[in-house]
Amino acid sequence: MRKPSPPRVDRRSFLRGAGAGAAVLATQNSVAQAQQAPAARAAAPVPAAHEVAAETSAPARVEAQTTEHPGADFMIQVLKSLGFEYVCANPGSSFRGLHESVVNFGGNQAPEFITCCHEESSVAMGHGYAKIEGRPLAVFAHGTVGLQHASMAIYNAYCDRVPVYIVLGNNLNAATRRSWVDWVHSVQDAAAMVRDYTKWDDAPASLQAFAESAVRAYKIAMTTPAMPVVLVADAQLQEDPIPEGADLRIPKLRLANPPQGDQQAVAEIARMLVAAENPVIVAGRVARTPVGMERLMELAEILQAAVVDTRLRMNFPTRHPLNQTDRRGPAIRDADLILGLDVSDFYGAVNDISQQLVYSSRRLTKARLVTIQSSDLYVKSNYQESQRYQEVDLSVAADSETTLPALIEAVRALLTADRKRALQERGAKLAEAHRAMFEQARADAGYAWDASPISTGRLCAELWAQIKNEDWCLASSPGFVSNWPFRLWKFDKPYHHIGSSGGAGIGYGAPAAVGAALANRKHGRLTVNIQSDGDLMYAPGVLWTAAHHRVPLLTVMHNNRAYHQEVMQVQIMANQHNRGIDRAYIGTRLDNPEISYAKLAQAFGMHGEGPISDPTDLGPALQRAIEVVRRGQPALVDVVTQPR
Amino acid sequence: MHRAIPVFTLLIAAFVLNAQPPATGNPENGKRLFTAVGCYQCHGRGAQGGAAGPRLGPKVMVLPAFLIYVRHPAGAMPPYTTKVISDAALTDIHAYIRSMPPPAKPADTPLLNP
Repeated sequence: MRKPSPPRVDRRSFLRGAGAGAAVLATQNSVAQAQQAPAARAAAPVPAAHEVAAETSAPARVEAQTTEHPGADFMIQVLKSLGFEYVCANPGSSFRGLHESVVNFGGNQAPEFITCCHEESSVAMGHGYAKIEGRPLAVFAHGTVGLQHASMAIYNAYCDRVPVYIVLGNNLNAATRRSWVDWVHSVQDAAAMVRDYTKWDDAPASLQAFAESAVRAYKIAMTTPAMPVVLVADAQLQEDPIPEGADLRIPKLRLANPPQGDQQAVAEIARMLVAAENPVIVAGRVARTPVGMERLMELAEILQAAVVDTRLRMNFPTRHPLNQTDRRGPAIRDADLILGLDVSDFYGAVNDISQQLVYSSRRLTKARLVTIQSSDLYVKSNYQESQRYQEVDLSVAADSETTLPALIEAVRALLTADRKRALQERGAKLAEAHRAMFEQARADAGYAWDASPISTGRLCAELWAQIKNEDWCLASSPGFVSNWPFRLWKFDKPYHHIGSSGGAGIGYGAPAAVGAALANRKHGRLTVNIQSDGDLMYAPGVLWTAAHHRVPLLTVMHNNRAYHQEVMQVQIMANQHNRGIDRAYIGTRLDNPEISYAKLAQAFGMHGEGPISDPTDLGPALQRAIEVVRRGQPALVDVVTQPR
Repeated sequence: MHRAIPVFTLLIAAFVLNAQPPATGNPENGKRLFTAVGCYQCHGRGAQGGAAGPRLGPKVMVLPAFLIYVRHPAGAMPPYTTKVISDAALTDIHAYIRSMPPPAKPADTPLLNP
């Protein structure tokens, strides 16, 4: 079979494709004539009539000022070849060429321009989108002020090992900067600011180099461990005409296969797992793709092994009998072998760190420790997201999801009939412990059931009742609501949960949820965001983006009227310093005046209801909001809640 | 590690003291203090507990054990010394926690049925 050849875009065919080649050639001839005119004037003491006409001729000047085939058109062709569905951006002059080419030359389709109100929202939307879609969307931003806004969201995506594809506008050629704004929005090395927490960047100096770097950037972003990348699109390259005779070629994208663990090491892990009496699998960022959860279930089931999920990905069904996440303490303590799969903080998983004045930590388990993790393959040093070093007995640098099939096969080969019977007995005990865990969760949720402000247990039980028969996705991290969704809801689809921010940078929640909802839209899924109030206040304009682009998203406010995590931090300091905590609210509360999130939503043109503080009002309000979301619109319900 | 020994000893003492008869206090003032000194931030306004702190009531350790633990807590809870809060105030908080209503029973609560 003949292989398709990579797209080649010579300037003439490119222009024919756009339908106006002759016009551009005429324009360039006119430019040449106009540039020669001053010299001719200097040599002639008395201007001839035709020279005067040449200087004052309107048609010649108009032609000289236009080009119908700017470099940005080719750049957009490159981005189209990479399959981007969307480009999220707050408009900016340094990438005005790209912007114009997206909406005109590109027809505002694949990518479609998504209007964002803050660059942090643009990147965080890309973060949430990639969690569902498994690939990046594009973000455009100023190389200076835009990137500074975007940087925290980039850090989150970096820590969370998520690909975001960022294209920066920059005007490197100082001789072509037209105003003081061009100067203050230009930078020698645009990507330097985020180089510590991006995987790769480049600033190509030609259109051909742009094409190659753009394809390379996509490949690098997607290669395990996935991370954000930055590509600088020079303003002059964007806006100048494509050079005459340019033979531009867009390279073919071929993603790299993720690395599988060393065969001998995998065989050794299999022997250890089969021999262990109480193996525990700690799941970190295992489920990169939808098959990840299936593979982890298969491994756990053939071993009848306990699984403790860090919930950074949708790794394991919450109601699976082997899910022991809510009894992780005894599970870790009693383990004789712990297998960490792409766990970002393995030290934290197997040690207890005191939160009191004097630091201390203690190992929770005597188990042998084994890791399979791709983070060993790519490490940076400045930002300390690597976590404390945990010594282990066997370490494999590989992608855990990719390694699971080989590990499963190796385990199967070692299992005898007697061993299988023993494992079934172990599984029965774990299933009973799981059942008790779930019953305990139901009992725990009953405390403060009728309280006002509304308990987070009641909030999540009310919400579950409304969505459990839908095809749903929870696009927020439940840690702020005491993990009640994980305790009460049935998560069993790869898209049921998108994990958390990675870098714990506040301001991620709302835009990541909008990005996830954007990805879920074509699947008809009901995307739900339990939204912390402090997080929304970073950049609430993303709600307008959701309304403007008709992104169906149910936002349920967890409105505890404070930055509650920080209230507790100040409390700890105040008590450790023996001063009492009665002033810990200063700088941490979000009241006086109270914020009306329903009115905020309404101001952005979306359905908003609340504040709701009586739990009996909550169910009907959620029903009304879901009806709006079913019609393809975002909706928000403001719920006044307990702190956690 | 040197801190682990006194904390462990105090926990043993708290366990022993748990067998003592319950004490009294002013639950109304305890409710006010429960908010004022920030107990609710981690344990919930109804002392129901959550990810940041365990449930405290209505079934609660007896007052002597409660006083010991609050002065010398383990885990993430910050210590509340006598300089920060008096025994009398803690006694009122203890009374408030004990006065919490019993929880809704899952079997009687449709939303808590699987």
